[in-house]
Amino acid sequence: MNRRTLALALAGSFATAALAMAPVEGVQAQGTEKCYGVALKGKNDCAAGPGTTCAGTSTVDYQGNAWKVVPAGTCATMEVPGGRKGSLQALARDVPRG
Amino acid sequence: MTWTDVHSTEARFARALLDPARPVPWDLADPAGHADALRLAVHRNTVSAALTGALEARFPTVRRLVGDAFFRAVARTFAAIDRPRSPLLHEYGTGFPDFVADFRPADAVPYLADVARVDDAWMRAYVAADADPLSLDRLAALDPEALAGASLVPHPATSLVVSPHPAGSIWMAHRSDPVGPVADWRGEGVLVVRPDASVDVHVLPGRDVAFAAAVLTGRPLAEAAAAVTDPAFDFGRALVGLVSAGAFVAVTPALGDPA
Repeated sequence: MNRRTLALALAGSFATAALAMAPVEGVQAQGTEKCYGVALKGKNDCAAGPGTTCAGTSTVDYQGNAWKVVPAGTCATMEVPGGRKGSLQALARDVPRG
Repeated sequence: MTWTDVHSTEARFARALLDPARPVPWDLADPAGHADALRLAVHRNTVSAALTGALEARFPTVRRLVGDAFFRAVARTFAAIDRPRSPLLHEYGTGFPDFVADFRPADAVPYLADVARVDDAWMRAYVAADADPLSLDRLAALDPEALAGASLVPHPATSLVVSPHPAGSIWMAHRSDPVGPVADWRGEGVLVVRPDASVDVHVLPGRDVAFAAAVLTGRPLAEAAAAVTDPAFDFGRALVGLVSAGAFVAVTPALGDPA
């Protein structure tokens, strides 16, 4: 196919699709996202609340324990490869031992 | 005395603030002259909690996926080694997806880094400059040679996350309550756009992903189409889909193209 033929083929393909004006293909998320950006602004500079200590949050030692926490969450209905379900228990067995 | 003076009280305070292993600076003392470790701990915690909070706000889907405890552990570890480089807190965490990818305790969730990339793309789209998307009419007005040689300028809000995992479907499943199943477990190209006020997340048809990636990196349309090997690929449908999603802002004609 030479350049001219290719260009005509592409233009024809585009014109056909544009005429059909197919709605955007693929799956689209429902529009509930907007709330996050608002929370970000005023929140972060004092997320701890002024005058709190929360002993341990700033020490690295504490985090060693935290790593052992299994990824929990809301993925219970999700299927993962290998016939596993994305549940809390299923994920626990794959977590490296600390 | 300035901030850049490494011997200043402020500089000592900053170093002690960011590194819990450092002792309380000698000049940070109560009226009786005693070093006050507990008060410094308050400030250290404020820094840590603020950065962790910024990551929570920027990566809400990752947080939901792994739960609060695990997310906080990852975020705190990241915050201990990566400090904000911009006064804009929403820019903090750009390196977080890569960090998650290398974070051994998260090996059980190999798709987590790509879900983080979708969260990241969502936030960048949300704060990107407003711009009117390129319309189909503009492209339709080009003659065939011009269309084939043209390249498209991505909209400031546009990004594409190409993942070997169904990162887009997982992301969407965790934006709703209750979480839905991910029916089709395969790699996905996730297009994030904001043509107008709200951010849209599209899982592209698999046959269009390579084309979308090529066009978004500025390759001319004919060249981008020629590189696609999937027989199901349809140039017109793919292009119309991307343009009407609002992925582009302008068309650049071919330079010095001998017609």
